[in-house]
Amino acid sequence: MTQMNQAMIEKYRSSFLKEVETNVEEGHWVKMCMQCGVCSGSCPLGPHWEHPPQEIFMMIRANKRDEVLKSSSMWFCTSCYNCIARCPRGLPITHIMHGLASYSKKLGLAPKSQPTESFGQIFWNSIASNGRVNELKIGLALQFKDGFGQGVKNAMAQKDLGMAMMKTKRMNPMEFFGGHTCKDKSGIARMLKKAQEVEDQHIANYGAGK
Amino acid sequence: MADMKIGAYICKGCGIAERLDTKSLVSVATRDGKAAIGREHDFLCNADGVAMIQQDIDGEGVNRVVIVGCSRRAKTEAFSFEGVTLSRANLREGVIWVRPDTDEARETTQEMAEDYVRMACAEAKFLKVPESSGEQGLLRRIMVVGGGVSGMTAALEAAKAGYEVVLVEKAGQLGGVAAQMYKRVPAKNGRQGPVDPEVEKMVHAIESLPSIKVHLNTTVAKTSGAPGRFKVELATESGSSSEAEVGAIVQATGFVPYDINKLPELGGGKSPDVVDQLGFEMLAKAANGGPIKRPSDGKEVGNVVFVQCAGQRSEAPGHLPYCSGHCCTTSIKQAMYVKAAGGDATVLFDDLRTPGATGEDFYRAGQEAGVTFSKGQVSSVEVAGGEVKVSFKDLILNEEAVDNADMVVLATGMVPMSGPDPYLMLDLESARGQNDTARVADLEAQLEGGFPSVLNLDYRQGTDVPHLKHGFTDSHFICFPYESRRTGVYTAGPVRRPMDMAQAMEDATGAALKAIQACENAALGRAAHPRSGDLSFPKFRMEGCTQCKRCTVECPFGAINEDEKRYPLFNEARCRRCGTCMGACPVRVISFENYSVETVGQQLKAVDMPDEFSEKPRLLVLACENDAYPALDMAGMTHQEYSAYVRVIPVRCLGSVNTIWITDALNSGYDGVMLMGCQKGDNYQCHFVKGSEMAHYRMSKIDDTLSQLNLEKERVQTFEVSITDIERIPKIINDMAELIGQIGMSPFKF
Ligand code: SF4
Ligand code: SF4
Ligand code: SF4
Repeated sequence: MTQMNQAMIEKYRSSFLKEVETNVEEGHWVKMCMQCGVCSGSCPLGPHWEHPPQEIFMMIRANKRDEVLKSSSMWFCTSCYNCIARCPRGLPITHIMHGLASYSKKLGLAPKSQPTESFGQIFWNSIASNGRVNELKIGLALQFKDGFGQGVKNAMAQKDLGMAMMKTKRMNPMEFFGGHTCKDKSGIARMLKKAQEVEDQHIANYGAGK
Repeated sequence: MADMKIGAYICKGCGIAERLDTKSLVSVATRDGKAAIGREHDFLCNADGVAMIQQDIDGEGVNRVVIVGCSRRAKTEAFSFEGVTLSRANLREGVIWVRPDTDEARETTQEMAEDYVRMACAEAKFLKVPESSGEQGLLRRIMVVGGGVSGMTAALEAAKAGYEVVLVEKAGQLGGVAAQMYKRVPAKNGRQGPVDPEVEKMVHAIESLPSIKVHLNTTVAKTSGAPGRFKVELATESGSSSEAEVGAIVQATGFVPYDINKLPELGGGKSPDVVDQLGFEMLAKAANGGPIKRPSDGKEVGNVVFVQCAGQRSEAPGHLPYCSGHCCTTSIKQAMYVKAAGGDATVLFDDLRTPGATGEDFYRAGQEAGVTFSKGQVSSVEVAGGEVKVSFKDLILNEEAVDNADMVVLATGMVPMSGPDPYLMLDLESARGQNDTARVADLEAQLEGGFPSVLNLDYRQGTDVPHLKHGFTDSHFICFPYESRRTGVYTAGPVRRPMDMAQAMEDATGAALKAIQACENAALGRAAHPRSGDLSFPKFRMEGCTQCKRCTVECPFGAINEDEKRYPLFNEARCRRCGTCMGACPVRVISFENYSVETVGQQLKAVDMPDEFSEKPRLLVLACENDAYPALDMAGMTHQEYSAYVRVIPVRCLGSVNTIWITDALNSGYDGVMLMGCQKGDNYQCHFVKGSEMAHYRMSKIDDTLSQLNLEKERVQTFEVSITDIERIPKIINDMAELIGQIGMSPFKF
């Protein structure tokens, strides 16, 4: 992964904007931002972002590669689509945020133990191995992601909620042992494998541009 | 009209008869108003009512018609009769609609109506039917000064409309700034990027038209006369001169770029590689699509930084405080030249402004072409080692940044190429005459760096078209932007306000059409805006004139010169018929046939004045007919109530208010006088530019009169109102009525 990062640094030394345009989903839109700030003002989580979208776009244009890719900002996007609905220039901001997040993860630059990023990984692991989400295991994995001690504390804090969910049959403790899978688990696995191949190929092609 | 015969016609429609005793209105008209004929009609503005009046005109010899019904602003087409004067008593909008329909109010409402009937009849006695003076014939030729895109457009448009054109250009060729351009921002479809300016095409079209006579290397040495009969003397560089007669003038003298040397902090004048937009345009034209070479060493430019708002939109001394409007799109255009030639271009802006229908699309075209746009404030531009270092604060990222460029382009502003402000020149002359050295120095400083006279007008009020601010020529921005303060002279393009090429062409087209209109109007003796079509003009009873010069000085339009004996010399076609001169004249020798010291003075005296102990005060409102009076009508239409003690007289402009009216009103027992006119000052809305200001000034001197009469100074007040003050004006009136209630009745009731 860092090898790929190195390759990209070499390739796009002078222009991070070009790198984003080539490698990031919807990245070719970044140059069209007119810096009005409507997106940042519209984002319900905007005040908590290190760099709200308008700023991210400016940073890309100012060649601030590391700051952007290592930032936690785009991981804050909750896909509420407020910004897309309001951007006067029609930028697909939400998609660009996710594009930047996944690109930074691919390059191994995503911030460590960023909660959204961890959740994404846990979710992915669950769905990729079973073909469906095991809510009990996802919940536990999230609670215990910061170690056993913290996990117990988290679990105790939420025990009433857990009991209530079990009582109303919203959660089944037996799911802990294996749990449901989908009908054609191996089919799912083959599908994901194929998708991975396509993406690997795409990454291998990054160098050639699009 | 030796034998005057008044016919008064009282309408009973629109609810008037339900609210008022119209029978007694008829007898007021015949008894107090001395109307020979007084008639009621159920529906006066219908065909039958109008026919009844016409019959009296034709059969009974009625020559002064008094319509008692709706506002003078309503039913103007129905009530228009040839060869007779017309007065209107406004009982609908001005009485029944502003008074409550209650038993207690009935008496005062009737009194109000009766007074308006008396006033209209009194006015009728002093009106005459205006006639055209026939002062000038029709001259279908205009002069256009300036051969740039604006001037060429005006010339072509006038020629297309069948007019002859005298086109005067001080340079040796046509085209102006546009001729130096490589490409222009398109007028349509901004997405297509820069397009050919097509100046040669225009020049060619002009040269091929025999109706356009082009004078190159020529300036205007003298302009005298008036619309319809201007005489101009043209002087060529070589010293020869010629004369021309024209009906109207379009001044399209354009602009010069702000002097870049005044911006050393932005590198101006420090290196040939720091240029203004026009400088860069010429480099691009020379490169003609190839790589642009920089002036210092001929290196092909790889990276160009454009600095927006250079020395403009800035309050710093010597800078231009305004936005020139075109320079953002111009920089985008030039940055696109650089991109097209394979270089990099960055536009550093604070606010990127892309006005016009295509502006936004053009901006997108620039972004798509890969121009970098950064919101940044440039702190310095330094030249070192073959590079130009631009230091700026990135306003989005809130940090200092540096860009090393091959060249820097400063987006400086437009400085209008207007002649000197005539009023400053006149002030200077008088300050010199009075040896007021401080004032002389101040005025000289204000005039410094200005341009020589463009028109050399042989007018009492100076050589050129007056300015509004920053050297741009004055025009009524909202209502009639083309009319300058010299009738028949229309300024167009960047000399009027900063603008881009598309706007300048539109502006010039408008100016050409206004110039044509001025010629046609002058031939018919009709006024230009805002009293367009008016045939009346001020007449001077010269034997009474004391040569005080107030009229020549105060006429906002420079209509009055002085003759050899120093008497006012009036020029009808220059006049806008505002009456400011009439308001100014201390001996009251100026009047219009249908508007005079008498027509108003007699109205206010015709009001029936209740005695001091009646508890019925009387308030006189002199309301500007352009805004205040329509607002009062609209107050009626929306049924706002105001005091029944008020009597309103519309005036052409507050400037026409002669202080004698105020004195007369106070002497006849009015308890208060209110003047309502348009906004004055730099952001004036006054339709005659200076009328409202003059009125405020004159009224500030009325305190003497008041103290002589031993009256409180609150009794006379002047207000700035606008046409939208439909609720405010009734409130002002009611507040005044209340105030009078507090200070008490005037003792001057006889
Ligand atoms: S709303 Fe759109 S144009 Fe405005 S700053 Fe955000 S992305 Fe840029
Ligand atoms: S058009 Fe642009 S550069 Fe020019 S003054 Fe206005 S904002 Fe500044
Ligand atoms: S009416 Fe107005 S424009 Fe005409 S001469 Fe008098 S002041 Fe000037």
